[in-house]
Amino acid sequence: MDGEDGAPKSLMEEMYANGIEGVDDAPSSSTSTTIRKNRPIISGEQLDIEAYAALYSGRTKIMRLIFLADHCDNSGMQLEALRMAYDELKKGENTQLFREVVQKIDGRLGPNYSTDATWCAMVDRKADQRKDKLESELNAYRTNLIKESIRMGYNDFGDFYYAHGALGDAFKSYVRTRDYCTTSKHIIQMCLSAILVSIEMGQFAHVTSYVSKAEQTPEALDPPSIAKLRCAAGLAHLEAKKYKLAARKFLEVGPELGNSYSEVIAPQDVATYGGLCALASFDRTELKNKVIDNINFRNFLELVPEVRELINDFYSSHYASCLEYLGNLKSNLMLDIHIHDHVETLYDQIRSRALIQYTHPFVSVDMRMMADAFKTSVAGLEKELESLITDNQIQARIDSHNKILYARHADQRNATFQRVLQTGNEFDWDVRAMLLRANLLKHEYNLRASRKI
Amino acid sequence: MNSVEGLLTQIRGLSSTASDVLSLQNVLKQADESLHAESTRLLPFLDQLDPSKHSLGYLYFLEACTAGPVTTESASSFVLIIARFISSCVAEQIRLAPDKFISVCKRFKDQVLLLEEPLRGVAPMLTAVRKLQSSTEHLTTLHPEFLLLCLLAKCYKTGLSILEEDIFEVDQPRDLYLYCYYGGMICIGQKCFRKALELLHNVVTAPMSTINAIAVEAYKKYILVSLIHHGQLSTSLPKYASGVAQRNLKSLCLSYMELANSYNNGKIADLETYVQANMEKFGSDNNLGLVKQVVSSIYKRNIQRLTQTYLTLSLQDIANTVQLNSPKEAEMHVLQMIQDGEIYATINQKDGMVRFVEDPELYKTCEMIEHIDLSIQRLMTLSNKLTVMDELISCDPLYLGKAGRERQRFDFDDFDSVPQRFNI
Repeated sequence: MDGEDGAPKSLMEEMYANGIEGVDDAPSSSTSTTIRKNRPIISGEQLDIEAYAALYSGRTKIMRLIFLADHCDNSGMQLEALRMAYDELKKGENTQLFREVVQKIDGRLGPNYSTDATWCAMVDRKADQRKDKLESELNAYRTNLIKESIRMGYNDFGDFYYAHGALGDAFKSYVRTRDYCTTSKHIIQMCLSAILVSIEMGQFAHVTSYVSKAEQTPEALDPPSIAKLRCAAGLAHLEAKKYKLAARKFLEVGPELGNSYSEVIAPQDVATYGGLCALASFDRTELKNKVIDNINFRNFLELVPEVRELINDFYSSHYASCLEYLGNLKSNLMLDIHIHDHVETLYDQIRSRALIQYTHPFVSVDMRMMADAFKTSVAGLEKELESLITDNQIQARIDSHNKILYARHADQRNATFQRVLQTGNEFDWDVRAMLLRANLLKHEYNLRASRKI
Repeated sequence: MNSVEGLLTQIRGLSSTASDVLSLQNVLKQADESLHAESTRLLPFLDQLDPSKHSLGYLYFLEACTAGPVTTESASSFVLIIARFISSCVAEQIRLAPDKFISVCKRFKDQVLLLEEPLRGVAPMLTAVRKLQSSTEHLTTLHPEFLLLCLLAKCYKTGLSILEEDIFEVDQPRDLYLYCYYGGMICIGQKCFRKALELLHNVVTAPMSTINAIAVEAYKKYILVSLIHHGQLSTSLPKYASGVAQRNLKSLCLSYMELANSYNNGKIADLETYVQANMEKFGSDNNLGLVKQVVSSIYKRNIQRLTQTYLTLSLQDIANTVQLNSPKEAEMHVLQMIQDGEIYATINQKDGMVRFVEDPELYKTCEMIEHIDLSIQRLMTLSNKLTVMDELISCDPLYLGKAGRERQRFDFDDFDSVPQRFNI
């Protein structure tokens, strides 16, 4: 690395060290004590299931717990998650899910957590009664043609189906209320319900369309609703792998969100998803303006200090510690239902960006130092750099003998001459071929014309 | 017999001036049938005519003589006669009866091939082509015959001299297809892959109403040459290729498309197994030599890709990346490429390292400036030609008639020559 000769020793050491010393020497060391006290939920340590589950409510809590149980290796955690899911399901009316969870528990938690057939039968009976009642009410309203009552009838149907896990029917019912919405508040309510059900079903195309529909009635939107819509839009973009758009949406979520959207997403998730997507897709200026200097988002980042640290490390070029945080977070991120299949891609993109950013300011880079900074071997680093160079993301050449990376700036003058000559040749070829073809066509046309005559 | 004698005197008498020759042509046309009826006995009469003065008459007689089937005994004598005729005949008189001349030359080619001495036919055919062409941009039916003889006689350089000229006027589309196909093969033989690609491209994209065998064979060779020269094949034909070609060509050359796919994947072992499996198919199309060249070009392609990423690289690494067996083989390949001018590098045998350098061409020499200047002038001439042709077509009554019929009629005002405002 070619640093200045007159730079103070400590600065040089810090540059070489690349922040390998770890969390304690990081610039925000003043908050390191608070880190220990608050015990963040998404962190490098093992997930605290109770605290995690407490962030959510409703159906998503149960789904997340089931997902956790399916995907984690630790059987203790698994049973804990299933136990909490069982308790939560007992409070609700979804017998289908209840049976599934019982099957997964498989009697491992003792006699208290086994199939409670009487409870299931009672809930199903109550459900049938309620359904009949709702239907008769709805028919009555329909004959009376009172718009507001019909709307509420369908809404109740939607809620009923949702509570029982019949998501498709719930969605249809909510959508039917559209024809009977009179004020913009009704429309917002319908959109939010539809979005909720679509997210649970995993159909994010609907989410995008209903978000845009809701955003078209701005006068009825209060700040929490705006925040909710932005979260939903961000989730939809994340599923569609449009990380840049997802990051932008998550970063626009205001602090009014609070815990109001716990049926879908927690503020910690907004911070994590937004931070990681931003790191993977933003360039430096955007990262600084929209993430680091963003006061609103800072509130969210306080909830997940490891993500905040890693973004700061990335921006200040302490790549080793940044990658270390990322490694620690990985196991917990794999247990999250929305981001688990994007973790690998996001991590690869962040790593590529780190490599590119590292080489950007230098004319020549010693690959041995770079390999230390990125905690990899020189051969592995060479392979990674080779693929980045072939994709034209780094303009450099590798001196494999001395293991140095040299920046290479294309010679504009030569390139221009080459292009000129090549364009001339292509023009020559194209025009000659064109004249020949025109002659053939004329000949054929004359032949046909003469035959007609 | 008398009519023939009479004809001979007329020929001798009317061959001096241009107007005489025209009237002679009429006479000969009428007498053509009777000549053909006595074709077997006309040979001795030829000696009474002088080919350099009485070219038109001689031509008619000769055509009648050679109209019958070709036999080995008559072939050798006829070959001599025709060769002498071609070298001494007068171009203007010949051009009055081009079909006769063409059929005579075709018979000549058949006879030469029957005698299995194509080399004897090359020079006379070249003279014949030059005499028949109205300009160097004109493609006659004799061009492909000439190229065929060059191919069979393996004298490619003579063929190349004809190929250097640009063609803009064509008599028959079939001539063009054959010309370009044979021309492509000659260029491949001389390893001018760029020109071969150009000629084969012309066949494949020429306007045609039905698919023909020439286009199919040309497309097979086009795929192989494109892989050797460019290292890739564009998967679709350009928009101006005829619809027939776009729909059918690919399905008729499936094994070659497969070859192109496996080339693109870059795995040399797969490519070689595929070639081995389809050896007979390629052999039956006579493309085996080309296919072998394709396989060797994939190594070159991979080494060239390395020059973009590395400044120096050890021979062992090159051997590993390009899937060669040993550093020695890698050294051989790199050496060959440096000699052919395909890459710029230096080999350090002591360290076993190859150092890649940039193209040393600085574009500062006088020769380069001259080259650019000549190119610019050539392109300006071409561009003028294009404008002239455009103007000619837009004045052509046939075109105007067709365009006028298809013009859309928007509304009543289109036909008003006086603007609306001035109508009371």
